[in-house]
Amino acid sequence: MSDQKDEKKTNRRDFLFTATAAAGAVGVGAAVWPLVDQMNPDASVKALASTEVDVSSMQPGQSLTVLWRGKPVFIKRRTDDEIKKARAVDVNDLKHPEKDEDRAKNPEWLVMLGICTHLGCVPLTDKGDYDGWFCPCHGSHYDTSGRIRKGPAPTNMEIPKYEFVNTNTIKIG
Amino acid sequence: MSDHEYTPSSKFGKWFNDRLPLLTLANHLTDYPTPKNLNYWWTFGGILTFCLITQIVTGLVLAMHYIAHADMAFSSVEHIMRDVNYGWLLRYVHANGASMFFLAVYIHIFRSLFYGSYKSPREIIWILGIIIYLLMMAAAFMGYVLPWGQMSFWGATVITNLFSAIPLVGESITTWLWGGYSVDNPTLTRFFTLHYLIPFLILGLVVLHIWALHVPGNNNPVGIDIKKPSKDTVPFHPYIVIKDAFALLMFCIVFALFVFYQPNILGHADNYIEADPLVTPAHIVPEWYLLPFYAILRSVPDKLMGVVAMLSAILILAALPWLDTSKVRSAVFRPLFRQFYWILVADVLILGYVGAMPAEGLYLLIARVATAYYFAHFLIILPVLGWKEKTTPLPLSITEPVLGGSPNLAAARSDEKIEKTIK
Repeated sequence: MSDQKDEKKTNRRDFLFTATAAAGAVGVGAAVWPLVDQMNPDASVKALASTEVDVSSMQPGQSLTVLWRGKPVFIKRRTDDEIKKARAVDVNDLKHPEKDEDRAKNPEWLVMLGICTHLGCVPLTDKGDYDGWFCPCHGSHYDTSGRIRKGPAPTNMEIPKYEFVNTNTIKIG
Repeated sequence: MSDHEYTPSSKFGKWFNDRLPLLTLANHLTDYPTPKNLNYWWTFGGILTFCLITQIVTGLVLAMHYIAHADMAFSSVEHIMRDVNYGWLLRYVHANGASMFFLAVYIHIFRSLFYGSYKSPREIIWILGIIIYLLMMAAAFMGYVLPWGQMSFWGATVITNLFSAIPLVGESITTWLWGGYSVDNPTLTRFFTLHYLIPFLILGLVVLHIWALHVPGNNNPVGIDIKKPSKDTVPFHPYIVIKDAFALLMFCIVFALFVFYQPNILGHADNYIEADPLVTPAHIVPEWYLLPFYAILRSVPDKLMGVVAMLSAILILAALPWLDTSKVRSAVFRPLFRQFYWILVADVLILGYVGAMPAEGLYLLIARVATAYYFAHFLIILPVLGWKEKTTPLPLSITEPVLGGSPNLAAARSDEKIEKTIK
């Protein structure tokens, strides 16, 4: 430090400052993380990950709404007409192109999250310009496959993971 | 800031003040020189302080009876309304108090916009104010969720879903905010905690806001720099104190009209139905004070861009001191700006109106035009205006146009109060 030249060079003190700051930043980060992560879903919320639904009494054309992870899930037993309508659509015309065959593995049963992909409202069943679902909040229209056809929603309604445990029971999650 | 040194008269006062200069501070606040031509639009700072304290005090006592749990919140609010002594009054004051708070803050903001109070050297005061306004919106939104009615639940769902528009991390952020996979009990408890915290953050910011104000001193209707203290100023106490007190009483009359005669007119009937995650109300509308921004959100057909537009509409205000290029502060001397100012006021009111209407057909078209105009006002009109506009001549002091026989009629006409003060 005695002459001017030394001041511009990196010296041992600079190294110590940087190392201290880096170690400090890691320490602060480690201390803050639990404070942040405590807000994520806790073990009891995660434990309610699957729901089983008895669908034996449902007739074609009927739909059922069940609660899964606090969210509504639509189970619709579609009529032949509704299936035909959903499958007749040219996939390329859709805002979010998805084949009905991929959305409903068993064409008679459509299982999807009953949540509008715009801002999370619950759409109304058998309503709207495409005879599927209509979201009253900001006017999104979904078809009989739950695909977005008109309105502000960006994507089709989501298909959750589900399976038929037997012919009468659907397990969601 | 008054320049003279203050010495307490009593011996104890002097002893205390040497150790903690609270008396110096009190003296600064009472002697604080204020422009003598401040009109009633300047009384809303005091009114807002009153609103904040009212919300804190009523909120504190409501929290003694409220239960932040998804199964009990709704009935605990009904319990407050029916069983708790004066519970109905405390809750109605708190609920309507939020609306009164926003009413006052909008007048306060539009006063700043008219008289150019945001301009140099008051940019920091202005930006602190914008932060306070943002925190107020957060507090109001979370407070509205606490009764756990249908509007609470679905309002919370819609607003938290705004974060899902963020690319890549949006979904994780939303889940993190909820503490689950939908708005539920964890969401309610954290909203309660934050709703309790935010008013105290606002209180701290209000102190900074006032501190920053006391550095350059108040702007005034004429918008010129004045010497302090001088013939153009009066001490804060008693002149401004008594004027603020009178305005506050008038304001309290309006407040009381809502609380005692129409306590539910600003709310939604749907919020007296307990939250049901399976049924969305037919028409979700935020509280009136958020409607203009809601209209902007809905006027953009894309989800992400809608959210960006809504946030920009607020954040653009923070850039206002630099967007408005005019050196003249007060609209009194800016004939063109004055017209655009009133168009902006109308534009925001129109946005508020269409925000309450369904987003379709003509309403949607009007919302889009009004949104475009809102941004054009700040991004195009204001910068160009400061450069093109011919302003009328400014007086040399507040007193001059009245006493000096100035030919400046504009200044004299615009502020009849000056004459009254002189008489």
